[in-house]
Amino acid sequence: MAVIKTNTVRSNLCKPWVFFLCLISTFLLVSSAQAGDGKLIGTAGLNQIEGSGGGGLVPWATLAGYDSQEQISVNAFTTQVQLDDYRLNVLGVSASFYDRVEISLAQHRFDLKTLGGEIKQNIYGLKYRIYGDIVYSTWPQVSIGLQYKKLKDGSIASAVGATNSISGTDIYVAATKIHLGALAGFNLVWNVTARATRANQLGLLGFGGVNNHNYQIMAEASAAVLFSRHLALGIEYRQKPDNLGLGEDDWLDVFISYIPNKNLSFTLAWAELGNIAGAKKQKGLYLSLNGQLW
Amino acid sequence: MKKLLLVCLAWFFISACSSTHTSTYQQLGGQPKIEEIVDNFITEIEFDSVMYAFFKDSNIDRFREKISEHICMLTGGPCEYTGDDMEQVHAGMNISESEFNHGVDLFIAAMTKANIHHTIQNKILAVIIPTRDVMIYL
Repeated sequence: MAVIKTNTVRSNLCKPWVFFLCLISTFLLVSSAQAGDGKLIGTAGLNQIEGSGGGGLVPWATLAGYDSQEQISVNAFTTQVQLDDYRLNVLGVSASFYDRVEISLAQHRFDLKTLGGEIKQNIYGLKYRIYGDIVYSTWPQVSIGLQYKKLKDGSIASAVGATNSISGTDIYVAATKIHLGALAGFNLVWNVTARATRANQLGLLGFGGVNNHNYQIMAEASAAVLFSRHLALGIEYRQKPDNLGLGEDDWLDVFISYIPNKNLSFTLAWAELGNIAGAKKQKGLYLSLNGQLW
Repeated sequence: MKKLLLVCLAWFFISACSSTHTSTYQQLGGQPKIEEIVDNFITEIEFDSVMYAFFKDSNIDRFREKISEHICMLTGGPCEYTGDDMEQVHAGMNISESEFNHGVDLFIAAMTKANIHHTIQNKILAVIIPTRDVMIYL
C-alpha cells in the first residue's frame, strides 16, 4: 500500500514536467525556430524565485532567455535559499517565444528545518510582453503575467489559518529599463512590478487568511548596475501582504550575478525575509544557477 | 549592510553627476580611435557569415567613411554625416531584430579590440543604438 502511494505521488510530481517539456520540444520541432542569442549579453535577466523571467525575488518585464523576434529560447534553473529556520529549493524551466510570450514551471520544496516537514508547490507562469525593449525602446519594456500556484498538500496552510489551502493565482504588471552608460558610464537597470496577490509566503502557507482574504496590490522593485558585460550588482524589494496575521514581512535582497556567456549565469544574494510563520528575522544566502538550453 | 549600500549608491550618483562635460567623442579618443573601431568592425563583419551577407555588394571604402562620420557626429565630434538617409540605405534589406542585435555584439567586440573602456563603450552605444528604428524590418 505504501509503495503504491509513493509511486502515485511521484508520477503526480513528474506529470507537469513531462507535459511542459513535451510541449516545448513539439514546438521547437514544428516551428524550426532559431535558438535564442539575439539579445545583448547581460540583458536577458534571470528566472526569479517563482520561475518567471526577472531578477531574484521579483518578476521583471523581461522574458527569460536570449530570444529576439524570430527566436525561441528554453531555460532551466535551480535556486536555493538557505535561511535560519527554513530552506527553499526551487527547480524550474521556462520557454520564451519570439521575445513575446514566456511560459514557466517551477517547483518549490520548502524544508522546515526546525519544525520538521516539507511544503511543496508547483507554480505555472505565463507572461506576455506588451510593449518595448529593455535596451532599445525609449520607454521601458512592459509585460503582464500570471503565476498559478498549486500546493501539493495544504495541511500546513490550513493549520496556520489560510482561507484557501489549495491554489491561488498572482497577476502582475512589470516595467523594466536599461539606461546605457547612465551611471558614470555603467549601465543601469531598474524594474517596478505591481502584483495582485492573496498568497501567504509565496503561496507556501496558502492563500488569504484571518486578516484578509481578498486580492491586494503589492509593490516590488529592483535596481542594478552592470559593472561589465558579465557582472551585475543590485538590490530588490518585495512588498508582502499579512493575510494570516503572523506578521509576514516585506522581502529584501542584495545580489551579484556573474554572466560568463549567454548560456550560463550564477547569482549569489543575501536575502532578508523577515518573519516567516512565527520564526523571526529569517535571513540567509540565495544561490541560483541559470542555464539556457536552447 | 543597508547603510553600506546607500553609501555606494550615493557615491555613484555623485561621481555620475560630477563628471566634467567633455563629449563622448573626446573621451573615446577622437578620430583615430573611431577609425580603429570602424576598421575592427569591418574585420568582424568580414569574418561573420550572417553580417557579411548584407555587405557583399557594398562599397566598403564608402561604408568606412560614412559610418566613421556618423559615429563622430553622434558622439558629439566635429563632423557632419554626409551619407544617405539611414532608412533609404537599409530599405529592402529586411534586417531582423536578431541580426541588428548581432551587429551590436560585433560592434562591441570591435570597441573592445580598440581598447575602449567599458564605460565609454556604453556611452557610445547609448547614442548609436537609437538608429535601430531606422534600420530594421525595412
